[in-house]
Amino acid sequence: MNNPADTTPPRRAIDIVNASLKRRYARERRFRWLGATAVTLGMVFVVLLFADIILKGYTAFQQTYIQLPIELAAATIDPDGARDPATLARADYMKLIREALREQFPEVKDRRDRRLLNSMISVGAPDLLRERVMADPALIGTTQELWILADDDIDMLVKGYIDRNAPASDRRVGDQMIAWVDRLEAEGRVAKRFNTIFFTHGTSREPELAGIAGALMGSFYTLVLTFLLSFPIGVGAALYLEEFAPKNRWTDLIEVNVNNLAAVPSIVFGLLGLAVFIGFFGVPRSTPLVAALVMTLMTLPTIIIASRVALKSVPPSIREAALGVGASPLQTQFHHVLPLALPGILTGSIIGMARALGETAPLLMIGMIAFIVDIPKGFNDAATVLPVQIFLWADSPERGFVERTSAAILVLLAFLFVMNLAAVLLRRRFERRW
Amino acid sequence: MNKTLIAAAVTLAATTLSTQAMARDTINIVGSSTVFPFSTAVAETFGRAGNFKTPKVESTGTGGGMKLFCGGVGVDHPDITNASRAMKASEFEACQEAGVKEITEVKIGYDGIAIANSKTAGAWDLTLKDIYLALAKDVPDGKGGFMANPYQTWKDVNADLPEVKIEVLGPPPTSGTRDAFVELAMEGGCDSIPEIKELKKTDKDKHKAVCHGIREDGAYIEAGENDNLIVQKLVANPGALGIFGYSFLDQNADKVQGARIAGVEPTYDSISDGSYPVSRSIYFYVKKAHVGTIPGIEEFVTEFTSDKAWGPEGYLADKGLIALPDDERAAAAEAAQSLKPMDKPAK
Repeated sequence: MNNPADTTPPRRAIDIVNASLKRRYARERRFRWLGATAVTLGMVFVVLLFADIILKGYTAFQQTYIQLPIELAAATIDPDGARDPATLARADYMKLIREALREQFPEVKDRRDRRLLNSMISVGAPDLLRERVMADPALIGTTQELWILADDDIDMLVKGYIDRNAPASDRRVGDQMIAWVDRLEAEGRVAKRFNTIFFTHGTSREPELAGIAGALMGSFYTLVLTFLLSFPIGVGAALYLEEFAPKNRWTDLIEVNVNNLAAVPSIVFGLLGLAVFIGFFGVPRSTPLVAALVMTLMTLPTIIIASRVALKSVPPSIREAALGVGASPLQTQFHHVLPLALPGILTGSIIGMARALGETAPLLMIGMIAFIVDIPKGFNDAATVLPVQIFLWADSPERGFVERTSAAILVLLAFLFVMNLAAVLLRRRFERRW
Repeated sequence: MNKTLIAAAVTLAATTLSTQAMARDTINIVGSSTVFPFSTAVAETFGRAGNFKTPKVESTGTGGGMKLFCGGVGVDHPDITNASRAMKASEFEACQEAGVKEITEVKIGYDGIAIANSKTAGAWDLTLKDIYLALAKDVPDGKGGFMANPYQTWKDVNADLPEVKIEVLGPPPTSGTRDAFVELAMEGGCDSIPEIKELKKTDKDKHKAVCHGIREDGAYIEAGENDNLIVQKLVANPGALGIFGYSFLDQNADKVQGARIAGVEPTYDSISDGSYPVSRSIYFYVKKAHVGTIPGIEEFVTEFTSDKAWGPEGYLADKGLIALPDDERAAAAEAAQSLKPMDKPAK
């Protein structure tokens, strides 16, 4: 046992460290490498997603127009010469456009061919022309070189989304039409111009007339109202629970429930909204008002939790100092604690709002999945919101909607970006460090 | 500050409740997502004419639409519901009970369901039986019983078909297209097998379970409600087949081709004359009690049933609607425009 020959020198702590050192360094390197890979992978997917959406969507910001010399004949537009708006509104503007188009192609005589020729022009073109003439009645009686909105098939052809080499029977656009478009293009009468319609019109079944303005305004009204409702209620609740409420079984129960509510799937709030707000209170379906009420329920837990965390992070010394110089508890909260907690509260609220902006599931139940052409003018008008509009366009068969769907996603992302930017700026503006 | 905001919100909610009782000046339409593209096209054209406001069209699904429609009479309830199947007797009764007495049924036309693949591969020629055997959850084992679907390639199903892995992209169970596909294609194929047809007489529930069950082992891929996505996936995968409405086939004829079913190609004409087997009728229903209260209902029905809309050359045909035959269409238009109330459906 005590044979000195096989006594190994006692292991020192440094030996143990040295033995495992290499392995521990390797482990750290592996972890760092894994982390870097995860981040890179995530970034690659984000870049791929954005590249795909932008590549598909950017063409929707341009729209094909055909330039035609249009004779705004007084005989057609305003036969009695009174410039009465009602008469101007009733006039057959399509006829004027078709006549101008026919002059470009005098050889087209056959009725079928003429119909085909007419189909190059969007069904919405006369309305745009009417708006123009009604805004400036002095144009009547003159001939103007005007840019006329082209049909979505022509738009797709000009943008290169239609394969010219495919057999004619498989194309939405026939050989003859391609020849006509090519001729107009050679004459410089076809151009892609900035798509103002996309930003000024409501939705439409015709891709070239479909705009995002209706959904954008719907989202705007919904969010404004959601904020007005959920921010005061949420912050008030957080302030009471955190600073005033006695700690007992009831407040514990409430706290657990608030935390649970934050994890409830959003469709449940939709069902609740349908049963309570629409069924019981009779709030009209498909309005920003009912959407905002549902979204308020959905964002309240997020705001309450974020606000409580923000209130907790205000150092107790602030409260003690305020109370020490004679402020009432209410004054302490509103004059000192709340302003200091505001950056955190605002960030939490805006994250909640961003979630509400992208939400569709609860809206399904309250009639927001709807086709609404008119741009909503208030909280009580029928409206839809951006994500729903994207969903509806993605499901439309016309090919022109593919690029418009991507463009609408870009608009939604821009909206989100602006909101997040606001959160960051507000944070910077109010942030205090202790 | 918080108090005033809350007060403002409460006042706002209160005003809403009071405005609710006021008259409504836009037509409210609910119902099937299949009829949605046609209904919205008419609504938009109707609104563009400028005499009335553009109707609001909600996509709630046929069943959901019926429920809202039969909720009662008054401005809170919709005026028109779209349906991708005829109203059921039970729904008609629910309507009657809620005081919705007079309902006008308008058959709009047909909607075909295409089974298509990428143009880069050869065209398919299937029978309903092939479709059933390829996609059913349980198939007859030849000994009078049933077994879990063992078929992996189309050749296993039918020796005349190519040896290609069975891979079909289709709508999920929530979709009306799926319901129609199951009812028309699966059940049709099911009944072409004599022993299953016998089952219908003896054990109806078993028959339904056998005919309506779609396999869940990966051969049938639920591709979501988005038919555009199915088209994209078909282009990327030439071996796969996809199931979607005829309008998507029509719009994407340069990318995908429809399979012949029982020897019939899905074309406008074959669906219109009823020879293409996987097609169904689509409808809308008008609440007569609202005519005169809500402005424009009669005019909307007239617009919908005018030849420039639902005729074979009309703008709905451009959207993929298959028009009714001429004589039937004329009769339907007259009945619709006179708002003739329907009788209780047989089933």
